[in-house]
Amino acid sequence: MVESIFPLALRNASVKRKGKVLVGPIDLELGSNAATAIIGPNGAGKTSLLRLMHGLERCDSGSVQWAIPDEEARKRQSFVFQTPIIMRRTVLECIAYPLAIRGAGKGASRNLAAEWGERVGLKDVLRDQAAVLSGGEKQKLALARALVTAPEVLFLDEPCANLDGRATREIEGILSDAVSAGTRIVMATHDMGQARRISNEVLFLYKGRLHEIERTELFFPSPRTSEAAAFLRGDILE
Amino acid sequence: MNELLSGFIEAGRLIVSLDADLAEITLRSLHVTLTAVFFASAIGLPVGGLLAVTRFRWRRHVIAVVNALMGLPPVVVGLVVYILFSRAGPFGVLGLLFTPTAMIIAQIIIVTPLVVSISHQAIRELWAEYHDLLISMNASKRQRIATLIYDGRRALLTASLAGFGRAIGEVGAIMIVGGNIDHATRVLTTAIALETSKGNFPLALGLGFVLIGLAVGVNFAIHNILRTERASLW
Ligand SMILES: Nc1ncnc2c1ncn2[C@@H]1O[C@H](COP(=O)(O)OP(=O)(O)OP(=O)(O)O)[C@@H](O)[C@H]1O
Ligand SMILES: [Mg+2]
Repeated sequence: MVESIFPLALRNASVKRKGKVLVGPIDLELGSNAATAIIGPNGAGKTSLLRLMHGLERCDSGSVQWAIPDEEARKRQSFVFQTPIIMRRTVLECIAYPLAIRGAGKGASRNLAAEWGERVGLKDVLRDQAAVLSGGEKQKLALARALVTAPEVLFLDEPCANLDGRATREIEGILSDAVSAGTRIVMATHDMGQARRISNEVLFLYKGRLHEIERTELFFPSPRTSEAAAFLRGDILE
Repeated sequence: MNELLSGFIEAGRLIVSLDADLAEITLRSLHVTLTAVFFASAIGLPVGGLLAVTRFRWRRHVIAVVNALMGLPPVVVGLVVYILFSRAGPFGVLGLLFTPTAMIIAQIIIVTPLVVSISHQAIRELWAEYHDLLISMNASKRQRIATLIYDGRRALLTASLAGFGRAIGEVGAIMIVGGNIDHATRVLTTAIALETSKGNFPLALGLGFVLIGLAVGVNFAIHNILRTERASLW
């Protein structure tokens, strides 16, 4: 039995840039049994918090700690960026890339990558250069590339920001499958409908601070803080 | 105008008649330059990659020095190599002065900073693009550099081609260390200089057109090889 990387504990953790606090200080513990949506207005610090959890930002105060050593924990996470980072390779090679980094054999990597490419609906473009894909296809590629390593936790930063309804539903379907397969999701989103559909836990961020952490079915009908209520009403929060 | 025309005709005549001397110096030009570019690339591409991806104390200074070295006057490089390899110099015992090897060494010194600088620039841009992804995927430093060199291969080819362009047309350094000796170290550029000084303009021009054709041809050939990769987005 492999030891779980959860819980993830943030203790008084914050990220600063040139004296400005991007997010934090935040105290938070993430267990293994949830799909978490991070919501909040633009600039609230959603991206910064995701990057902090994933280890792309270092804490300027406090700590971020997985249940297992960082070195090992890094290998069991994936991150889907707000704007997909697309390598100058074919779609298939892009999806296989994280497997290559892990030293997997070429043949097996390609088979698995092809399987995931098909699963996200990129079957017909596997041999095309990834750079020519449409925005939605790039997002699907990023998702396949993130899931091909069967991560224990998948961070997503507004994965459907520029997608139409149909592409959004497709991606949500893939995410649901991933959740069923045991991947824990932490997703920043502006789409409240999506937060309701995908998550069972909501983090509400405002001005870098964590204002609310609540089960999804409780948060939306009756947010506890006035900031969250105003945000859900659509009132602009500055 | 008349001389340009007769130069053109002379170039045509030399090529059509498969002039033995022309073939010899053309091949020597290619040999010296391609060898120099090969070694300059073997040194310069990884160094450029390393400079882009690693942080160390004197990094900025090293980059500034490399950029400054791009402006090295070839004549001075030739002079220094000459002194180093002359009979009294530290490498005099090797007996390399006035051989193609000395010319190659001088050209490696001239071309390497150019290759380092251009490849550093290209890889740095790609690194900025890939940074978060490669860190997120936990790629080792070696894997990062390998990935950047592989994915940036077109830009890096441009770096090597720029090196080729600088080396193939260079005359000052190889004249000094090679000596423009007939059937030994004469190449296109030194032959052009010689014929010009003798007042033999049609031949000099003819050789000049061959030189241009060579430079364009090699660029073209390499581009064609790479065109097999279809998407031409970068
Ligand atoms: N590299 C940086 N340097 C300085 N400030 C930054 C930097 N990155 C982010 N910020 C600032 O930190 C704050 C939080 O940014 P972040 O990207 O985390 O917000 P967000 O909630 O993801 O917003 P959005 O919904 O627009 O994506 C913003 O005010 C932003 O301007
Ligand atoms: Mg964001």
